[in-house]
Amino acid sequence: MSDTAVKTKVQQTPQVSGAPKAADALEARLAALDLPRGAFASARGAALTRLRDMGLPGPRDEYWRYTDPRPFNTPEPKPLTVEAALESPLFTGRDKLTLVFVDGVFDAEASDDLSLEGVEIATLAGAGAGHWAADLFGTLETAGQSPVKRPFAALNTAAAQDGLLIRVTGKPSKPVHVLHRRRAADADAMWHHVIRVETGAELTLLESGMVGARSNGVIEVDLAPGAKLHHVAAKRAVDPRVGLSHVFARVAEGATLKSFTLSVNGHHMRNEAVIDMDGDDAVAHVAAAVLGDGDVGPFHHDDTVFITHGAERGESRQVFKKVLKNGATGVFQGKILVKPGAQKTDGYQISQALLLDEASQFLAKPELEIYADDVKCSHGSTTGAIDEDALFYLRSRGVPRERAIVFLVLSFLADALEEVEDESLRDEINERLDAWLTTRPQI
Amino acid sequence: MLKINNLHVKLEEEDKQILKGLSLEVPAGEVHAIMGPNGSGKSTLSYVLSGRDGYEVTDGEATLDGESLLDMEPEERAAAGLFLAFQYPVEIPGVGNMTFLRTAVNAQRKARGEEELSSGEFLKVVRAKAAELQISPEMLKRPVNVGFSGGEKKRNEILQMAMLEPRMCIMDETDSGLDVDAMRLVSEGVNALRSPDRSFLVITHYQRLLNHIQPDVVHIMSNGRIIKSGGPDLALEVEENGYGDLLAEAG
Repeated sequence: MSDTAVKTKVQQTPQVSGAPKAADALEARLAALDLPRGAFASARGAALTRLRDMGLPGPRDEYWRYTDPRPFNTPEPKPLTVEAALESPLFTGRDKLTLVFVDGVFDAEASDDLSLEGVEIATLAGAGAGHWAADLFGTLETAGQSPVKRPFAALNTAAAQDGLLIRVTGKPSKPVHVLHRRRAADADAMWHHVIRVETGAELTLLESGMVGARSNGVIEVDLAPGAKLHHVAAKRAVDPRVGLSHVFARVAEGATLKSFTLSVNGHHMRNEAVIDMDGDDAVAHVAAAVLGDGDVGPFHHDDTVFITHGAERGESRQVFKKVLKNGATGVFQGKILVKPGAQKTDGYQISQALLLDEASQFLAKPELEIYADDVKCSHGSTTGAIDEDALFYLRSRGVPRERAIVFLVLSFLADALEEVEDESLRDEINERLDAWLTTRPQI
Repeated sequence: MLKINNLHVKLEEEDKQILKGLSLEVPAGEVHAIMGPNGSGKSTLSYVLSGRDGYEVTDGEATLDGESLLDMEPEERAAAGLFLAFQYPVEIPGVGNMTFLRTAVNAQRKARGEEELSSGEFLKVVRAKAAELQISPEMLKRPVNVGFSGGEKKRNEILQMAMLEPRMCIMDETDSGLDVDAMRLVSEGVNALRSPDRSFLVITHYQRLLNHIQPDVVHIMSNGRIIKSGGPDLALEVEENGYGDLLAEAG
């Protein structure tokens, strides 16, 4: 890794508010929602004001240049027409606390009991006045609105029906598993989790399952000094759904955030991670593995990451891998911002696409913006095809072509999977990927 | 076993003829060596026989036990009993050496209509063969060839050969990049596999390897053809005098 000091201009998001048409679109969007009241009414009200100030993004918005925001803007989602295929759930065979969400709403009956030593869990819909999360709900989202506006996150804070409020005070004996299920074909699921990991505490958060026609999930993560959160999400869609997610994290001194997302198919997806490393020696790793097949339905997947180093000796890694086929489109927008004084920062970013045919495309916008003079930051982005030498090597040993390609796809994704710290989790995801790739050669 | 007759091969992408009427026959149980100056087409021969893309056969034929190799996919050639030990074995991160080997062994067995090995049976065999080649259990678990030294990569090639039990083994400069001890290990591995119904075609630049793996026949290749064949002495002659005289003699 070479030392670089690159300064690029901050991309200013054009303001779309004030245009009457855009404002009408936002009001129509809001009118279709049942805006919740309750314990966090003031935060929700402030989010609504924030949203009205910024408006919904338009197609000319710089930050939405590669991904059409319109499927997220319409008042109603396009209903699903395909039945979800039955599939054995992930993360089986391990002790865990499973919390079920149906169309974005907590289902107590289907879930495990909320008690787990070292963790306090409540639901957003059920939280009463004076809840600890009241001080946090919406604050990291608000902080994440600068320098780039993220209207759908503000929309979520204003309108999310439910979510989890998790406060970790110890080292629980098992992970918390959020399992999504869908019921209505036209569900417009919106959930908002707040996770606070106290000093020295640790949590593994798993997410899996299938959500509705349209989804908008926000997780606000506040890590106290020395805290650790290991987040592993596996999302698979067998239908043309539209989804958006945001992770907003604040990482204090010596704290560690590791987040890995596996996405298989979908239709129009965008995952954003906004991470603020505001304590010395903070660590943040975000990684994703994406498999997209345009034959299953139009496929567009966007990973957008913004990591800010605001303190010394921070270590950040972004590892994003996409395998694209049959006209699938992959997008990566990733930024490392090193603030003045954030010396000895170690920032790394890699985004890579493996294109299995010429009809697919990968659009990448890697950015470094550095205002400290003693840092190590590097970034790379590549787009390539299957390595013919490796393919021949495997086939020359008798491995059939289709199987050899599965091997090479798994090989390509390996760096991203490395970011799953727990080896048994990593193996399980790898095996599932292998099975998906093998049973459906078209991915 | 392996019969090559009047083989003409050009590069697919450009108009460059590499093999220009090569004929060669390796009977069952024999070890044949091919030596020759750089650019004579030795590696191309190994790639064309094993089915690598990028080459066009314009004339001639190559058969294994009477079956035409040139119409088969690389994996079909492997299942038919052909094996190429690569000069530069490829690294495949994220794919375990054992997983890869087991997949290869069972894919070949399946293609031949034989029963696949269970993981217990496979493990037992692979551990024994790996131990003979001084390949540690830790190396077996690592991703294919990743972080292996030059010698380890070549030993891994021989392990694959031992597990796949091919009938016709082609070795492309297996001695390149090997120190004396690694060369001895690799050669012992190869010699242990010698049998009356298995043949070898050993491509090398140096006579040195042939001290360890003794050939029945040595062929000298130049400009896409075999220009001279003889006994093991021919390799010694090349070592001593170079290719100059032989090339002049062949015109």
